[in-house]
Amino acid sequence: MNINYGPILPFMEYLLKGTYVTLQIAAMAAIGGSTLGLFFGLSSRRRDPIGFLVRAVVDFFRGTPLVFQLMFFHLGLPQITGWVPTIMTSAGIVFSLNSACYLSEILRAGIESIDKGQSEAAIALGVKKMDITFSIIIPQAIRNVLPAIMNEFITLVKETSVVSMIGAADLMRRQSIISGTTFRYFEPLLVVGAVYYILNKVLSSLGKVIERKLRYD
Amino acid sequence: MIKLVNVKKEFKGVTVLQNVNCTFENGKTYAIIGSSGAGKSTLLRCINYLEKPTEGEVWHDDIEMMSHQNRLHEIREKCGMVFQNFNLFAHMRALDNVMFALKKVKKLGDDEAKKIATQRLSDVGLAHRLQNYPHQLSGGEKQRVAIARALAMEPKVMLFDEPTSALDPEMTQEVLKVMKGLNHTGMTIIIVTHEINFAKEVADEIIYMDKSEILEITDTKTFFTSPKSTRAKEFLANMI
Repeated sequence: MNINYGPILPFMEYLLKGTYVTLQIAAMAAIGGSTLGLFFGLSSRRRDPIGFLVRAVVDFFRGTPLVFQLMFFHLGLPQITGWVPTIMTSAGIVFSLNSACYLSEILRAGIESIDKGQSEAAIALGVKKMDITFSIIIPQAIRNVLPAIMNEFITLVKETSVVSMIGAADLMRRQSIISGTTFRYFEPLLVVGAVYYILNKVLSSLGKVIERKLRYD
Repeated sequence: MIKLVNVKKEFKGVTVLQNVNCTFENGKTYAIIGSSGAGKSTLLRCINYLEKPTEGEVWHDDIEMMSHQNRLHEIREKCGMVFQNFNLFAHMRALDNVMFALKKVKKLGDDEAKKIATQRLSDVGLAHRLQNYPHQLSGGEKQRVAIARALAMEPKVMLFDEPTSALDPEMTQEVLKVMKGLNHTGMTIIIVTHEINFAKEVADEIIYMDKSEILEITDTKTFFTSPKSTRAKEFLANMI
């Protein structure tokens, strides 16, 4: 068997530092995506310009591949606008918007799963709309769709690998650089795969903990 | 005093309520009866504007709701409502269900809200159920929590929308017992019900509805002994 970690050992530190880049993008997208996703989910049913805009954005991001969105934003748009964002800025914005669109649909499903009788009861008590949304509907909606939300986060961590297309030095990019230098593919790929797997294992365990915390029975 | 003037309600072109004129005097108990689909629940829901009438006026004392939409919260706060399906907040314990509006609407502190909520739940015989979630309660218990939740706000009016229709006979009795305790305690009570005997027992006046209109508003005794409309006569005959 032709497995030899010798040639790639000197590059190991360089390779593993890619984890940091991957995590950074995933974290930006998770935070930006959740915040925006909540806003999108709450406003996508509105019959005003805001609702229309949100639906259009969701439609665009679900209708095109992530690689396209990333390249279009980072390489295509600067030609028109003249503004050249850094790789991390582009990645942060595109990944946030992309996951916001998926999360908004998940949250909308969660919101619609809550019987409207509870809102009516709260309205009848004189509770304001804001309080109904954030104290009654959202907590129950999130609990109902938590598995789907965790799924989206796991997908997100894996999808960050496409940032190598615009030149970010994430795990995948570093692997291909090392492979190009040492002519060894199996060993660095195995390491990269293991890192992604461990990251997502941690994430899904975290999801289970949260799920247990949110249970009310 | 609550007054409905020429109230009409349409859903997508279908008229579910029309020519509704009635007055609810303070402290009295009213039962709205009639066959299913007659518009009873819609009428009740127009009173606190859960349904906005297509036409007509809804007066609470000297405030007309259509022209005072900014005061809806204030009026709803004074109208407690109990629903057929309980509509408890599923993610909150019984105690928190009752405390919620006290904190969010009346802006009471935790301690005070807890004191009132505990008292109200004890009043309906649920002192031992404070920490239970709705799904751990029986139907009758859920409905009593819902009543306690409405009463905690100290409403001047209580609206009951078929409060026992989802309950078995035994649970129905435990809920009716609580409701009887509220009768003639100063609150105006308006009940939509299929429990004819209960209506007969507690109501001062009967509002009989059929085909989206009010056919009769009479005192209870007259209604059950000599109803005016033929339709009401038939309705009562079918009851026995």
